Amino acid sequence: MIVPLDEAVRELVHDGDTVALEGFTHLIPVAAGHEIIRQGLRDLTLVRMTPDIVYDQLIGAGCASKLVFSWGGNPGVGSLHRFRDAVTSSWPVPLEIEEHSHAGMANRYVAGASGLPFAILRGYSGTDLVANNPNIRTVTCPFTGQELAAVPALNPDVTVVHAQRADRDGNVQLWGITGIQKEAVLAADRALVTVEEVVDTLDPVPGQVVLPARVVNRVSVVPGGAAPSYAHGYYERDNEAYRAWDAVGRDRESFGAWLKELTDTPAVSEPAGRGL
Amino acid sequence: MTTANWTSDEIMTVTAARSLRDRMSCFVGIGLPSTAANVAHRTHAPGLWMVYESGTLGTVPDHLPLSIGDGILADTADTVVPVPEVFNYWLQAGRIDVGFLGAAQIDRYANINTTVIGDYANPRVRLPGAGGAPEIAASCREVIVIMRHSSRAFVEKVDFVTSVGHGSGPGDRERLGLRGAGPVRVITDLGVLEPDPVTRELVLTGVHPGVEADAVREATGWDLVVSGDLAVTPEPTEAELSVVRSLTGAA
Repeated sequence: MIVPLDEAVRELVHDGDTVALEGFTHLIPVAAGHEIIRQGLRDLTLVRMTPDIVYDQLIGAGCASKLVFSWGGNPGVGSLHRFRDAVTSSWPVPLEIEEHSHAGMANRYVAGASGLPFAILRGYSGTDLVANNPNIRTVTCPFTGQELAAVPALNPDVTVVHAQRADRDGNVQLWGITGIQKEAVLAADRALVTVEEVVDTLDPVPGQVVLPARVVNRVSVVPGGAAPSYAHGYYERDNEAYRAWDAVGRDRESFGAWLKELTDTPAVSEPAGRGL
Repeated sequence: MTTANWTSDEIMTVTAARSLRDRMSCFVGIGLPSTAANVAHRTHAPGLWMVYESGTLGTVPDHLPLSIGDGILADTADTVVPVPEVFNYWLQAGRIDVGFLGAAQIDRYANINTTVIGDYANPRVRLPGAGGAPEIAASCREVIVIMRHSSRAFVEKVDFVTSVGHGSGPGDRERLGLRGAGPVRVITDLGVLEPDPVTRELVLTGVHPGVEADAVREATGWDLVVSGDLAVTPEPTEAELSVVRSLTGAA
């Protein structure tokens, strides 16, 4: 259950997979994303509501052939330039996009987690998203006759999330802004969770989400694995790193230098987990 | 021009803040909307209930967040709910009074584009995309937009309708099944635009001190109608300015 990150990624993520690395500003599984880059995975369909700089890096490294998303940017800073370059110039490889709203994506995960084929919502009506995404359709309510938006369930091959901690059996606990992580894990065929630490007992925390071990395939202990995003109660968001990414991501050459440094550096992971 | 002791961004923020009433529930976008909502909260609207799309309900950050999910938002919230809940139980169910949005492009019917400049399949500029905005614009009781004025941003027709304002005119929101009233005010660094009650087209209803209506028309990409009853924004007070500056870090 608890294995080093490189091993977990090798076991669970394969070329061509649909992979969701979720995190809504908080607890973004950045270290796992970097390991996917290091292992040179290709042709991934990357899924995320809010692709930010780790997705910019995955796209720039050529790991993805498709992105399913609802907001792709560097929060509070601006655009993702590797993402832009892939969309407008097919660099380094062409990137197909499937674009939703947050409400649509959230409900797609809910349907996926619920074992339903699709989700309904009041949404998208009148927007140009409808004409540009065949996965946005309408359905008529059988009770009231109202026309509502329908979007298909989202069931990733693999969902990757970061959490504050796990116990030795692989039960996972996260808290703070818990975003869409529970739904993304329950919707997936396989789940990998990186954690700040492993503890003997998961003491209750207000607002917690617990992912029972039976829905988690692998846990890897990666302290700081969400940086430069943050882990509530452990470390704060490194806003300066988000600002600094803008200059690195803007230019193919500076990105190339960043990428070389990443792939020259082995994964930072504790072999069997802290305290084991 | 006046020799004002405030900037055009500051009067835009203060004017937007004044549009929020005490005890409203407000769905807050990051950037300019977040600054203005926090100014309102610290001045005339201490009961403003701020909601960010990360699921932080009733948050009272002690400094401006850089993102919609900074830890400070969770620390100071009445409660933090998962993302499906904030969109389904709170926004979709009609529990939010005002949606406060920014935009890259807006047109004469206050339709909003945050997706692409140019053609969707082959864009000149790829922007971040929709985020929560389409449903915020659809489901909040009303929408306020805050953005800087330029003829590149205020266009005859947006390149992509990310979020619907008043569609192509009267009756469109009803036809589309959009429950909220849509954009009721667009606040810029030059003035204030509001939809005409009949045509739904944005009309210049106010200018900031020292701004001529012609200058606003010049910075607008369509033939902007000027209200016969053009208001001039009251100057920011010292108290308002000091709150804005304490939040933005300006001296």
